[in-house]
Amino acid sequence: MEIERVALLARLELSMEEQEIFSRQLGSIIEYIDKLNELNTAGIEPTAHVLPMKNIFREDKIRPSLPRDKALQNAPVKTDDFYRVPKIIE
Amino acid sequence: MELHTLSIHEARTALDKGEISPVELTNALFKRIDSVEPKIKAYVTIAREHALARATDAEGRIKNGDRGLLLGISLAVKDNMCTDGIRTTCSSKILENFIPPYESTVTQKLKDQGFILIGKTNLDEFAMGSSTENSAFGRTHNPWDLETVPGGSSGGSAAAVASDMCIAALGSDTGGSIRQPASFCGVVGLKPTYGRVSRYGLVAFASSLDQIGPITKNVRDSAMLMNIISGHDPDDSTSAPIAVPDFTSGLGRDIKGMRIGIPSEYFIEGIDKEVEESVKQAIRKLEALGAVPVEISLPHTGYAVAAYYIIATSEASSNLARYDGVKYGARTEGNDLLDMYMKTRAKGFGAEIKRRIILGTYSLSSGYYDAYYKKAQQVRTLIKQDFENAFKKADVIVTPTSPTPAFRSGEKTDDPLHMYLADIFTISVNLAGVPGISIPCGFSSGNLPIGLQIIG
Repeated sequence: MEIERVALLARLELSMEEQEIFSRQLGSIIEYIDKLNELNTAGIEPTAHVLPMKNIFREDKIRPSLPRDKALQNAPVKTDDFYRVPKIIE
Repeated sequence: MELHTLSIHEARTALDKGEISPVELTNALFKRIDSVEPKIKAYVTIAREHALARATDAEGRIKNGDRGLLLGISLAVKDNMCTDGIRTTCSSKILENFIPPYESTVTQKLKDQGFILIGKTNLDEFAMGSSTENSAFGRTHNPWDLETVPGGSSGGSAAAVASDMCIAALGSDTGGSIRQPASFCGVVGLKPTYGRVSRYGLVAFASSLDQIGPITKNVRDSAMLMNIISGHDPDDSTSAPIAVPDFTSGLGRDIKGMRIGIPSEYFIEGIDKEVEESVKQAIRKLEALGAVPVEISLPHTGYAVAAYYIIATSEASSNLARYDGVKYGARTEGNDLLDMYMKTRAKGFGAEIKRRIILGTYSLSSGYYDAYYKKAQQVRTLIKQDFENAFKKADVIVTPTSPTPAFRSGEKTDDPLHMYLADIFTISVNLAGVPGISIPCGFSSGNLPIGLQIIG
């Protein structure tokens, strides 16, 4: 597993030590998971979840929503009524 | 009468007759907490002031003739369900200071019946684990033997119920996280059918598998809590719009003629001899009560753990993408936005979370999706079909809940695969979406509880 590439995809910084340990542990986990290849699954529908339901919509009606101060109460950094993030455009 | 030992049913009866008051009951539980919690460490947050205020309120309401199934009764809730205004950490540093701005549906339903929230219980971080050792706030100890684990991930809830630090509790179960700790702690734990209980306000781990359920001192309490927490919820698009039966109506009925399926694949090499003997004895007991044992086969059992660890980690990697240091949770500053994300998540998540995010991201990534994620979903179909076929021959399936009694702390922490295999008997149930309950069926020679799993 190209652990550095996957960690970047996951937006997760790993120390050298973590990379080394995870490479070893995930290697043996994947080796174990490869036993799935013993099964011939050609033509078998995948199950994403077990309920025979899809596209559940609610009525398009206005309902009360979280007040702004409550929505912001857990923000690690905020300015006035906004979440504050590092600048992304020059 | 030692009030802290009461079940929900017993407490309700005593409260309604005026034999005890909610304040007395709550005080008795806090006295119990003060004496045993320092050794067991089942709670992340003990809501003492909140609970005592609610108890006083319940006292007045009962005097005024108010009724509620849980009025004056203290329950513990696993710390991955949002409780409005009360810290909800998921036993993670990243949510250490998170105060939910809303109430989860399950806890709202408990509130509607007048329950008292006594505290939030410890778990493996984000419910990922089988021992409650992976908590950012320290491990929970098994009340039967403090050197062993209480199971996980709902280990705090199971330990709190087993040691009488609450009347009952809620847990959540993605691959066995209610049933396995219930088995290790000698209490009753039920994972309902997928879709039966709303997950609105449950911090998501693996959305196609997660269910909330009760952990109780007996089966009657489990049925009573199921009556309260079940039902369709428009706020959870995966909750099933199906009428809720009265779960207590099945209590005390005889089981004459009930076909109990015994899967040959579950009594395998590696299963602890005492567990096997205890479960077989329980089966003989059921037979003596009139049930008819039927041999069945769940031929894909050996592939369940592998399929589960692809599906659960894939869903987790997606669900946990929300912890980005912006809207809630801890942030670690970086040089730019990407660096902030990377550092926030590096600092906020524990090792097991990182391991699973990496595995899940890998199995969903371009070029590997078909080989891992899709393959696992196809195997899931085969496992689901195994159960459909088995239920043509049997009314229920009976198995051990876990291949061993509680293991010693530290025994499996360095070997994640070994830890994952501890869930071998519970995982298929989540993949198939069917309900399962663990009930105590005996003790090992080391005086540790053994659990019997009944799958419906």
